[in-house]
Amino acid sequence: MLLDKALNSDTNLLEVDNLQVAFHTPDGTVTAVNNLNFTLGQGETLGIVGESGSGKSQTAFALMGLLAKNGNIQGEARFEGDNILSLSDKAMNRIRSKDIAMIFQDPMTSLNPYMKVGEQLIEVLTLHKGMKKAEAFEASVKMLDAVKMPEARKRMAMYPHEFSGGMRQRVMIAMALLCQPKLLIADEPTTALDVTVQAQILTLLNELKSDFNTSIIMITHDLGVVAGLCDKVLVMYAGQTMEYGTAEDIFYHPTHPYTQGLLKAIPRLDSDSGLLATIPGNPPNLLNLPAGCPFEARCEFARAQCLTQAPRLDTFASGQRAACHKPTEGWAV
Amino acid sequence: MLTFILKRILEAIPTLLVLITVSFFLMHSAPGSPFSGERTLPPEVLANINAKYHLDEPVINQFFYYLGGLLQGDLGPSFRYKDFTINELIAQSFPVSAEIGLWSFLVALVIGVGCGVIAALRQNSWVDYSVMAVANLGIVLPNFVLAPLCILVFSIYNQWLPPGGWNGGAWPYLVMPVIAMSTSYIAQIARITRGSMIETMHSNFIRTAKAKGLPKHRIIFKHALRPAMLPVISYLGPAFVGIITGSVIVDVYFGTGGIGQHFINGALNRDYSMVMGVTILVGTLTILFNAVVDVLYALIDPKIRY
Repeated sequence: MLLDKALNSDTNLLEVDNLQVAFHTPDGTVTAVNNLNFTLGQGETLGIVGESGSGKSQTAFALMGLLAKNGNIQGEARFEGDNILSLSDKAMNRIRSKDIAMIFQDPMTSLNPYMKVGEQLIEVLTLHKGMKKAEAFEASVKMLDAVKMPEARKRMAMYPHEFSGGMRQRVMIAMALLCQPKLLIADEPTTALDVTVQAQILTLLNELKSDFNTSIIMITHDLGVVAGLCDKVLVMYAGQTMEYGTAEDIFYHPTHPYTQGLLKAIPRLDSDSGLLATIPGNPPNLLNLPAGCPFEARCEFARAQCLTQAPRLDTFASGQRAACHKPTEGWAV
Repeated sequence: MLTFILKRILEAIPTLLVLITVSFFLMHSAPGSPFSGERTLPPEVLANINAKYHLDEPVINQFFYYLGGLLQGDLGPSFRYKDFTINELIAQSFPVSAEIGLWSFLVALVIGVGCGVIAALRQNSWVDYSVMAVANLGIVLPNFVLAPLCILVFSIYNQWLPPGGWNGGAWPYLVMPVIAMSTSYIAQIARITRGSMIETMHSNFIRTAKAKGLPKHRIIFKHALRPAMLPVISYLGPAFVGIITGSVIVDVYFGTGGIGQHFINGALNRDYSMVMGVTILVGTLTILFNAVVDVLYALIDPKIRY
């Protein structure tokens, strides 16, 4: 499949151009997201992968307009042609949840513990769809059914603390899908859940994706999640794009040493040694990024050039992109 | 909920009994008596008076006399104000304090919460800093300074308000006592509200509410205010009792005739039954308002069920 359809074409739901997110802190400016570019077509799923602090979540918050007060955005994010980064809070409120919805990492604390679940669902519909309460109630019950909530009607009158973690995440997903948004941003939706519940939630997202034809940005550090769900993958490190390509390219022809390292680090049941593969070292301090490649200190292929010169994001013939000085072939360690 | 309220009432009885016992014996163990003033009475007169009030009997007997009266709702005669029972004195002064207290409480709650919320929403702006500076001033400015200042400004420099008196609680007589009473409570409530509101606004469920595209006023009033009120409510219980009973300064400066004067005079005069009376009153009110706080908590926080 084509990685990016023609630029500025009508088929792209979201086009992100040179997105930069910086936070001004007393210690200096932290660049959490640096020069990010990607596109998302109707019905496509993009996985944004990276370890903690790589800027994945800040990318999502920037798109939703939910950055902390000291956050500063540059660049453009065109949603259906309009740059949503320059919208006022009021204008953004008309898009939030209606066109772009978000699911958060921690279902245990993301629902209001002092309000009935039903009330929290209904208010989305009365606000964005102008529904009457009774009508919104029925639509909410229907959506809870759609996310496979048992006894949905009864649960409308319950409070979040009466739900398990997996059930709360289902409520969050139902809440996000109430207005049938065109874009769903899922920020590590399964991280806080145990493995069997994770699988259920992912299956659910996969079904909803085909039922509603929603585009999804799936933020995760779990490549297994990406493999099961995503069409395209963006690998982030220290706020920058390391590699960007179709899921197939990333899994079968990873070119960037960081991507390769991540793939090697997936635990395998059939491996001989009991040790887990790791990428030694830690990500660089975002307050003080190195002049060269941010991954240089941990890269087994690093050379003198990597230390001084930041690699360009090169595009290969297939459309796959990678930011690395190492040619695809023939660079011995 | 009903069983909870009933349980709290039953629990209050032993608590009050302990309070009564301890304060009764403590008071009687202090040297001196209501009639051992500077002006010594002839021994015969003193003996007669002592016999009348059972002061010549062992303390334990006096205690049971008192308890017996209490069971019939009788707080006993005043040792100081002749021809007055404590019931009469409290019935006279308590409504005054309750009225000043209620108004002060409402003023403190509305202004305090309002200022706290505004400061929290404008955190670290000049609005926040000035609201909090005024609040700090309100806390450090004691009401015995504030009360005469009020009289100076409102009654002496400008003849806007009567400098004292009660006049059945007409509003010109209420204004200054309420200002003097509520200022420090406004300040405390504003501080608590601000802190709690800031914390709530940073919580994950508020982020969810923002992501839902809810307008700001709905996020504040529908999602944030309820949880932010919890610490304020636990402060309000004891504060309400303090406001109603703590009117000593107000009574002294404005001559309103509230219950506060009886605390001081009762203790100074060794008016045994008066001290007991106000102790029981404060104890009962404290227990009552703590129960009210618990009920309010349950109404706000669905995780609390009785």
